[in-house]
Amino acid sequence: MKSTIRMIAGLVAVLGTSIAVAQDIKVGVTLSATGPAASLGIPERNTFPLLPQTIGGKKVNYIVLDDASDTTTAVRNSRKLISEDKVDVLVGSTITPNSLAMIDVAAEGETPMISMAASSRIVDPVDAKRRWVFKTPQNDQQMALVILGHMLGQGVKTVGFIGFADAYGEGWWTQFSNLAEARGVKIVGNERYQRADTSVTGQVLKLVSAKPDAILIAGSGTPAALPQKTLKERGYAGKIYQTHGVANNDFLRVCGKDCEGTYLPAGPVLVTEQLPNDHPVKKSATAYVTAYEGAQGKGSVSTFGAHAWDVGVLLQRAIPVALKKGQPGTKEFRVALRDALEGVKNAPGAHGIFNMSATDHLGLDQRAAVMIQIVDGKWVMQK
Amino acid sequence: MNFDIALLLAQDGITNGAIYALLALALVLAFSVTRVIFIPQGEFVAYGALTLVALQAGRLPGTVVLLMIAGGLVTLAELITAWRKRRWQRVPSMLALNIVYPLALFGLLMLVPMQGWPMAAQVALALAIIVPMGPMLYRLAYQPLAEASVLMLLIVSVAVHVVMVGLGLLVFGAEGARTPAFSDGTVALGTLTASAQSLWVIGCSLLLIVAFSVLFDRTVYGKALRATAINRLGARLMGIPTEFAGKLSFFLCALIGAVSGILIAPITTIYYDTGFLIGLKGFVAAIIGGLASYPIAALGALLVGLIESFSSFWASAYKEVIVFTLIIPVLLWRSLRTHHVEDDE
Repeated sequence: MKSTIRMIAGLVAVLGTSIAVAQDIKVGVTLSATGPAASLGIPERNTFPLLPQTIGGKKVNYIVLDDASDTTTAVRNSRKLISEDKVDVLVGSTITPNSLAMIDVAAEGETPMISMAASSRIVDPVDAKRRWVFKTPQNDQQMALVILGHMLGQGVKTVGFIGFADAYGEGWWTQFSNLAEARGVKIVGNERYQRADTSVTGQVLKLVSAKPDAILIAGSGTPAALPQKTLKERGYAGKIYQTHGVANNDFLRVCGKDCEGTYLPAGPVLVTEQLPNDHPVKKSATAYVTAYEGAQGKGSVSTFGAHAWDVGVLLQRAIPVALKKGQPGTKEFRVALRDALEGVKNAPGAHGIFNMSATDHLGLDQRAAVMIQIVDGKWVMQK
Repeated sequence: MNFDIALLLAQDGITNGAIYALLALALVLAFSVTRVIFIPQGEFVAYGALTLVALQAGRLPGTVVLLMIAGGLVTLAELITAWRKRRWQRVPSMLALNIVYPLALFGLLMLVPMQGWPMAAQVALALAIIVPMGPMLYRLAYQPLAEASVLMLLIVSVAVHVVMVGLGLLVFGAEGARTPAFSDGTVALGTLTASAQSLWVIGCSLLLIVAFSVLFDRTVYGKALRATAINRLGARLMGIPTEFAGKLSFFLCALIGAVSGILIAPITTIYYDTGFLIGLKGFVAAIIGGLASYPIAALGALLVGLIESFSSFWASAYKEVIVFTLIIPVLLWRSLRTHHVEDDE
C-alpha cells in the first residue's frame, strides 16, 4: 500500500514537472558545428547562449544539436526535436542541403522552421510545405545581383564559374548564370569541385585557358580557399570574386596573401565599424557584435553567427504575438507562431531589416548586402 | 586542351598519385601481414599534418596527450597479460616504450618551444609523436582479435576509423590548416615548370618505396614480415612472433601515413577528416593490386591520380564518381581471372 502511494506521488511529481516544462517555449536547433561547414556552424552555436532567455514573460529553452554538416543527421535531429522534445520552433540547419531536406520534416510536424542557410530555394516558392519555412540569411540571388552590379561597374565582360558540387554551388550557378545572361555578361566556364577535394588543378586550368575577365568561386568556409590558391599559383591575373559563404576569419587565415584583392558581397555586420552612422543596420549590427565579442573575445565575430542572432530577432517579434493565441507546446501555438513570423515587419537584425509577407519568407532587401574587398588581410567595405 | 595543360594535369596527377601509392603500399602491407583492411590509414595522414601545424604554431599538439593515453592503455593491457601468464621479464622494456617515452616527449614539448626550430626537426618530432601510435593501435584494437575473420577485423577497422576521426576533431578542432612549403618556388624541367613541393612529394615517395623494397628483401625484419604474409602458421612455427610482425607492420603504416600527411600539408588544406578520402583512393589502388601486389598497387595509385586529375578537367562535377567507378571493372576482371579463395584461416 505504502509503495503504491509512493508510486502515485512519484507519478504526480513527474507529471508536474512535465507540465512545468511544457509551459516553457522550446526552440530546437540543429546546426553544423562539425564537418566541412564547421566554420559556419561554430559561431552560430556560440550565438545561441546570447539570445534572450525569456520572451513575452516565458522562459525559452534552446536545445542545440550538431548535425556534422550531414543531411541524414540533420533530418534525424529534426525528427527527434519535433517528436521527442516537442519543440515549438525548429531552427536550422547551417547549410543548404540540410535545410532543404528538413523542409519535409517541419511541414509534416506542422512546426515553423527558421533556416540559417543561404539558398533561396529553401523558402521560394512559398508552397504548402514552405508555408512553415522561414530563413534569415540573404538569398544567393540578392548576393548574385550585388556581385553582377560590381562586375559591370568594373567593366567585366566574361566570367568563369567554379563552385561546390552540391546544392550550394548548384544554387549559385542557377542564380548567377540566369542573371548574368540577362545583364549581358558572358559565362565562359562552369566547373565543380568537392568540399573535401585536395586538388582543383584540372578545373582551374580549364577556367584559366578560357581567359575570363573575372572568376567567381561559389564555395563556403575555408574549402573555398583552395581554388583561389590554385588560381594564383597558375598566374591568373583577373578579378576574383567569392560569395558571402567565406566571410569569416578562418578563411582569411587559410587563404593568406593569395586572397588579397578578392571581392565578395556580405551582410553589413561584417564591416559594422565601417558602416556610415546613418546606415539602417548600424545600430542592430553593433548590438550583435558587442554581445558576441563580449562573450568570445575581440575580433571573433563572423557573419554566420549573426544569422543565428537574427533568428532571435524574429522570435522576439513573433512569440509575444503568438502567445496571445495559444500556450507553448500546443499546435495552436505553433500555427500562431508561423502566422506571427509571416507578419514580422521592420525588425532590425544584424544583417538587415526584416519585412516578412505571405510570399516572402526572408524579408530582407538590398540594404542587407554590401560589397567588400580583402585588403591587407582585412575586410574593407566598397563604396 | 593543349600540350601544356596536359603536362600540368599529368604533373598534378602524378603528385597525388605518389601519395595514393604510399597509402596503397601501407594498406597492402597491413592486409598481407595481419589480414586487417586498415581503413584508419587515412587518419594518420591528417594526424601527421595537423600535429606539424600545431608544432609550427607553437601549440602543444593534442596528439601527444593521445599518445600518453594510448600508452597507458597498452601498459594496462600488457600488465594484465603478464599477470595472467606470470611472465614479467618483458615488462621493463614495455614500460619504457609506453610510459616513459610519451612522458619524455610531453616533457620535451612543455619545456622547449618548438616554434623557431628548423623544419626538419619539427617534422622529426611530429613523426616521433604519431608513428608509435601505430603499434599501440595494433596492440589495443587488433591483437586481441588476431585470429578473427577478415570481416570481423574489417568491422573493427570501421570502429577504429570512427573513433580516430572523432578524436581528431576533439584534438585539432574543426578548422583546416596548411603548413609552409619545404622549399618555395618552382623548378624548370625543360618546358615544364613544377612546383618544388610536388617534386618533394614525388621524390620522398620514391625514396620510401625504394627503402621499403630494400627492407623487405635485405633485412631479417622484412623477411619476417614477408614470411608472416605468406603463411602465418608456418612463420610462427619458424619462430617468428606474429604479434611482433603485426606491430611492425602497423608501425610502418603509421610512418607512411604521417609522412604522406606532412608531404601534402603545404599543397592543400588539411582538415581533421581529410585523411579518409585520401585513404579511400589509396584503397582503390590497393584493390587494383588485389591487396597483394605492391608494384601493381603503386601503378594503380598512379592511374587513380591521373584519372582524377584529367577527369577534374573534363567533367569536374563527376570526378569522384569516375574515380570510384574505376573499382568496378577492376573487381570484375579480378574475380573472373582469379579463382575464389575461401577465407578459412
